[in-house]
Formats: sequence, C-alpha cells, structure tokens
Amino acid sequence: MATIHIPTPLRPYTDGQASVEVAGATVAEALNALTTAHGGLAKHLRDDAGKLRSFVNVYLGDEDIRFLDGEATALGDGAELTIVPSIAGGLDLPELTGPEIARYSRHLILDEVGMEGPRRLKASAVLCIGTGGLGSPLLMYLAAAGVGRIGIVDFDVVDESNLQRQVIHGSGSVGRPKVASAAERIRDINPHIQVDLFEEPLTSENALRIMAPYDVVVDGTDNFPTRYLVNDACVMLGKPNVYGSIFKFEGQASVFNYRGGPNYRDLYPEPPPPGLVPSCAEGGVLGILPGVIGCIQATETIKVLLGAGDTLSGRLLLYDALGMTFRQLKLRKDPHAAAVTELIDYQQFCGVPANDHEQAAVAEEEPFQRVNGPAAKARLDGGWSPYVLDVRRPAEAEIVKFEFADRLQPHGEVVAIADELPRDRDILIHCKMGGRSATAAKALADAGFDPQKLYNLDGGIVGWSRDVDPSLPAY
Amino acid sequence: MSVSTSAAELAKLHAHAEEGYPHEVVGILAGDRLTGRIERVHPLVNERSDSAHNRYKVSGLTLMRAERGLESQGLDILGYYHSHPDHTAQYSDFDREHALPNMSYVIVSVRNGVVAETASWRLKEDRSAMDSESLDIVSV
Repeated sequence: MATIHIPTPLRPYTDGQASVEVAGATVAEALNALTTAHGGLAKHLRDDAGKLRSFVNVYLGDEDIRFLDGEATALGDGAELTIVPSIAGGLDLPELTGPEIARYSRHLILDEVGMEGPRRLKASAVLCIGTGGLGSPLLMYLAAAGVGRIGIVDFDVVDESNLQRQVIHGSGSVGRPKVASAAERIRDINPHIQVDLFEEPLTSENALRIMAPYDVVVDGTDNFPTRYLVNDACVMLGKPNVYGSIFKFEGQASVFNYRGGPNYRDLYPEPPPPGLVPSCAEGGVLGILPGVIGCIQATETIKVLLGAGDTLSGRLLLYDALGMTFRQLKLRKDPHAAAVTELIDYQQFCGVPANDHEQAAVAEEEPFQRVNGPAAKARLDGGWSPYVLDVRRPAEAEIVKFEFADRLQPHGEVVAIADELPRDRDILIHCKMGGRSATAAKALADAGFDPQKLYNLDGGIVGWSRDVDPSLPAY
Repeated sequence: MSVSTSAAELAKLHAHAEEGYPHEVVGILAGDRLTGRIERVHPLVNERSDSAHNRYKVSGLTLMRAERGLESQGLDILGYYHSHPDHTAQYSDFDREHALPNMSYVIVSVRNGVVAETASWRLKEDRSAMDSESLDIVSV
C-alpha cells in the first residue's frame, strides 16, 4: 500500500481526508486507484488526453517523479506520495490575423514552433541595445519572425564607415539617427509589430526604467562600460541577456542570466585594463563577422521566447572566421561572485568612456597633455613644432597619414624606440581616434618622459579629418 | 460564493500590483475558510522572468513552503491573486486551464501602472469556465 497526501484545495473530493491509502505498483497505478475511489479528482489531476495537468507535481518521498521515471516510477510498500500544486496563469496569447498566418506559415508548419510559437513571439517584447553590426541582422530577423514589440536603444548617427557591416542602414541614411533608420527598415520588413525608440545613451540612471517592460535584452554594444551595465541591470531585473561580441575576425556569444544560469560577471568579473582591447573602430572588424554573431543572438533570442531547444546558457560559443571554426567553453556560476545590488559608475569601473562622444569625460590623473584637432592646428600655425609620432599600424598609415608625421610605431611598441625619441621637445602622439595614443603617451611617461612634453591628439586623425581638414579620408 | 477583506489588505494587494507593473505579480490570499474572510495578503515572487509581462508561475515547493508558513499561523489558504498589466480583470483561458478548484482567484487590472479594476473568480466544477464571485470590503 502507498499513502497519497492530498493538498487542501483537492480535499473536498476525498471527503476532507488529508491522505488516502491506495494500492499500486507504480505512481500511475496509485493515482488511478485514487481517482477511481474519488471520481471528482480525475478531471483536476489529468487533462482530456489523460496527462497530469502542468500544475500537478507529484513527489515520491522528497523526489519529484519527473526526475525519477515519471508515472512509471515503481513504488515500494509504504511509499509516500505527495501531490504538490504549483500555480500559474496570465494573459492569453494574442490571436494571429489572416495576413500574419500567411506571413509566418513557414514557422507554423514546424512541429517545434506550431501555431503557438508565432503567438508567443507576438506577445513578446525584446530590447536591443545598439543598432550597429550585431543589432543590424538581429533586429531584422526578430522583426521578420514577428516579435510583437521591439525596443531599440542607440543615440549614434549613421556614418559612412558603418555601412560595411551595419546592413540595416543604407547609403541614404548616412547622417540620420540610427534608431530612425533602423525603425524604417523594421517597419518595412514587418508592419505588424510595435517599435519603441530610445535615442539616448543607456546609463545607470535610465537602464532599469528602459529595460523593465521587455522579456529579453539583447546586448549589441561595442564597449565594456555598457556591457557591464546591461549585464548588471539584467541581473537586477531577472531578465535573460543574449550576449554577443566581436573583434577583428573572432566573435563570442552566450545567453546570460537565464533560468538561474551564469552571467557576464561569472565570465569576466572585471573589465580588461583600458586600452588592452581595442574597439572595432580602432582594431578593425570583418564586416560579415557581426552578421554571423548577430544571427546567433537572434536564434538564441527566439529560442528563449519559445522555450525551445538548448540555449547557450552555461556555454560560451567562440567563432573564428579566418579558421572557420566554432568552439565552446563551459560557463559556470562563480560561487564567490559578489551579488549585484545596484548600478554603479561603469565608465569609472572600466576606466574608459562608454562612447566616443565622451572621450574627454574620463576623470583620472593622466601623465600627459591633451589637445584636440582645432587646438593643435592653431598651435601649429602659431609656430609650435612638436615631434609627431603616429602609433597606428602600418596598414592604417597607408589609408591616410599626416604629411608632417615624423615616425610611425604601433602603440604597443613605442617603448622599444624610446631612445630614438627626443626628450627635449614636445611630442604629439596620435592614432585613429585618440585611444591607443593615450596608452602610448602613458607608456612613455612611465618610461621617464616629461609629462609636460607629451601631447595626446584627442579624436585622432579621424577627429582632425572631421574638424580641421575634411580632405583627409576618415576610415 | 463570496470573499471579503479589509480595505487595508486590499490596499496591500493593489500596492503590490502597481509596484510590479509592467510585470504580473502573484501572491496568496490567506484567512478564514469558514467565513471567506481574507486576513492576509502574502506576496510571492513571479518565477517567469522570461515572460513576466503576461505570465506568472510559482513552483510547487516554493508555494508549499509559503502556505505551510501561513497555516502555522492559524490561517487557511483561500486562494491566489495576480495582476493583468494593461488588460482587464477578466480571467484568461490560460488562467482557467491552470486554476485549482475550490480556490478564489483575485485578478487586478493595472493600466499604466495604476490599479483600474479588481475581480474575483472561482473555477467551475467541470473546469469549463470560472464564475465571478463578489469581493466585499468589510471594516475591521
């Protein structure tokens, strides 16, 4: 004989008894004996197909039978079964209209998606941080799949140099806000969905408010401060964070903070030292790379929304475009990780500004001077005659260089030529945008150069092209 | 059937629903089964973080622990409440499919972050629908 413990709401069907003794060699036999003796229970325990209803959990001792052999689990004499209801509910999924059924038919006929899949997607809301290389394919595929509400956060404008990879934007959109350009393309792909635009930087002040209405957040950012901000806000809000990042020919993807899984801080507790990892603008990126990684993020987002398949939660996917290989690493939660309880100053945390709009905003003691393009031009015109050191890679100098540059030496190797640089003269150091040259200036200061004589060209040669001499090509 | 509660407990329930907006919130209604009086509104954590704006779930053991705690204080479990962000207080088919019999299901409609409507429902014996039941406010 086995004993079945009955929860309060079902006791009216067992004449008020809190437990019932039944015979049965398996869980199924015991439950059938129960519903035979107490007929009113049957329709509440099982659905029309005879399956246990989703809110009915059955425990044998302290084990959920789903983790044993289900209803086939064998019962010894004196076994104790407990029926433990869970509670669930919520709004019904929206119906699909005729045009929507036609549009999503290739999804509808997939057994794994079915009629419920597109209805779930229609009821879903996804926030994409960034409409750059990753956000471009991601947003287009999420829109095409019919995710009912898509939010976009970006405050950049479309630049000529974006078009090599940011395929959501076209040549006609150069100079327009990215969110406007992206929204137009999304609405053309699928007029049935709601698009929310946030043309503002994501900050510690607005992140929780902006993210709150969405089910999934997709990280399409290109910098560490925003990546940590997105991660921490997702952890605080309990939202899945679909992660992707790209560098030159290599990409990474994962799903963070999903069903108790690890998050970005379990992978990287702290950011790399400033300047160690160049941005795409500084290091370059194969245009198709974000297409591959963004599509992987789109796939994972759809799987999370559908509850289908095995996501990248707990796994870090590594893609190498040159070798054309995919590898994966196991990710686990770091048991010693500090709990995320508040959003901090992420620019300070990472030691870098979140975007090039704020190059000058980094507050720290710097062992060198800063001068922007127009100021440098004015001083040069006034007779200033610094030694000009270009710390970019030779391939960049072939694209564009200053005629008045004295020396080209990549930023990581400037100390090697320290003995060949003048110490009694000002040195003006530049790179593409000002990041690597700041690293080089610091390295020279550490090597004993006078901080008063080291000048970093803020904005780099690109800033010069924009503000001083538009005849130089920006790249 | 009908249930009743005090203005103070209903205010707690409404505050929880508004605080959780735009997500669905969920909790237990505990009190006296004989009189149908709800004496304690007990908030729970919605486990559906992947789709919290239109779904709630509380797993069995979590629910059981909370209910045992309330029962040990001499309270009966009368039912559950949840919110419908930007939707009516009408039960959904999804609510009905997942409902337990002999329990009150209070649904709070929250529009733009503000409670708009409150209704209580009880599953029919044949599970085909839920009946409306009155939710009365009584003074202490």
